[in-house]
Amino acid sequence: MERTALRRRLSWTQARVVDLLDETASVRSIVVEPPEWPGHRAGQHVDVRLTAEDGYQAQRSYSIASAPEDDHLVLTVERLEDGEVSPYLVGELRPGDELELRGPIGGYFVWEESLGGPLLLIAGGSGVVPLRAMLRHRSAVASVVPVRLLYSARSLADVIYRDELMQAATGLVDIRFTLTRARPEGWTGYDRRIDRELLAEVAWPPDDDPLVYVCGPTGFVETAAGSLVDLGHDPGRIRTERFGPS
Amino acid sequence: MPISRGFHGRRRSDSEPERVPPGQYVTDDFPVLSAGPTPHRPLDEWSFTVEGAIDAPLTWSWDEFGKLPSETVTVDIHCVTKWSKLDTVWTGVSLDTLLDGIDTSAEYVLAFSDGGYTTNLPLEDLLEGKAWIAYRYDEAPLDPEHGGPARLLVPHLYFWKSAKWVRGLELRDHDEPGFWEGYGYHNYGDPWKEQRYAGD
Repeated sequence: MERTALRRRLSWTQARVVDLLDETASVRSIVVEPPEWPGHRAGQHVDVRLTAEDGYQAQRSYSIASAPEDDHLVLTVERLEDGEVSPYLVGELRPGDELELRGPIGGYFVWEESLGGPLLLIAGGSGVVPLRAMLRHRSAVASVVPVRLLYSARSLADVIYRDELMQAATGLVDIRFTLTRARPEGWTGYDRRIDRELLAEVAWPPDDDPLVYVCGPTGFVETAAGSLVDLGHDPGRIRTERFGPS
Repeated sequence: MPISRGFHGRRRSDSEPERVPPGQYVTDDFPVLSAGPTPHRPLDEWSFTVEGAIDAPLTWSWDEFGKLPSETVTVDIHCVTKWSKLDTVWTGVSLDTLLDGIDTSAEYVLAFSDGGYTTNLPLEDLLEGKAWIAYRYDEAPLDPEHGGPARLLVPHLYFWKSAKWVRGLELRDHDEPGFWEGYGYHNYGDPWKEQRYAGD
């Protein structure tokens, strides 16, 4: 496995919130301007730290939704009902606030053009966030690596970046949705949870040796990654990122 | 320290704060973190090996390993992704038992696992009742997604050091970064010093 050493010290920085975008009823994108940003690679994440008036602090990690080439750093956060940090980020944060963060973090769940493809991205719910950064990066560098995104969401209203993804679906970019709970009338996409059969249908065959990134809740990732291995894909070509309840 | 306007936090009242390292929160769940698919190693193909700076490698089959003296320990675990889980119960073989009587010049260890994962630790962090090869969790065989059939358990360091699916230890005279250590995570990983990333 290739690796890139990240030896620079990661310091906390105060990023100004410049915009907030509602992506779905429970998901918001936070556009920030850190005073200094060393740059990142598509797929990396940041740590966010909140401080209450009495000094109490809480930290969580969030995937970076923007491409390295984008003008701003964007985090996309899903509100977890029993969460401590995400309800604040999705419901309380306003433009002009400062958000303390440090990063970028992680160097394995990243894609850049030198890694090649074909590139298979498999998203469960808000697991689409780091994969969206990869899609944007691929587009920004005008890569000709074929990419296929299989995105599982509960309903069309829960699909994050829906318009952007639909518009991106041309030529070498193949975007497929599966809606697990509710479908609009006349829906012609997939309508079931991701399993071995669905992956056999959507994934490039193992002989094409796709490079695979799977991101979502633990059960989703276990099923998707395990099914791909069962279908004959090389485990060393499957990179995973799991969202625990946090 | 900058205040986050309108943030109050949700402090848990049911856990003792002195047991929770800085920047961590307590969860009752058992989240899963791993970089790739979960390996499923049949027990008849499993072995555990101690090799490297040692006269002759030591190897145990699954059956032999199960006959070694085991310990059941209750420990708190701390993941670099911020969750801590208190009072987790594990059964396994102490590294003191596995490494008893060996003659080595090594000061470091590189643990290696099915799936290609590695992590590095000072040898002394594995000795004197600080580390185990655990094969049972909460009175049941360890689930593959949590590292079964067996994982390293080094609860005083961030949990990525407790290598899942562990298959052996390489005793080394010189330290070498493991998988996450090579991607910018801290070389040692003491949660009480909040050593999450290189330079912390």
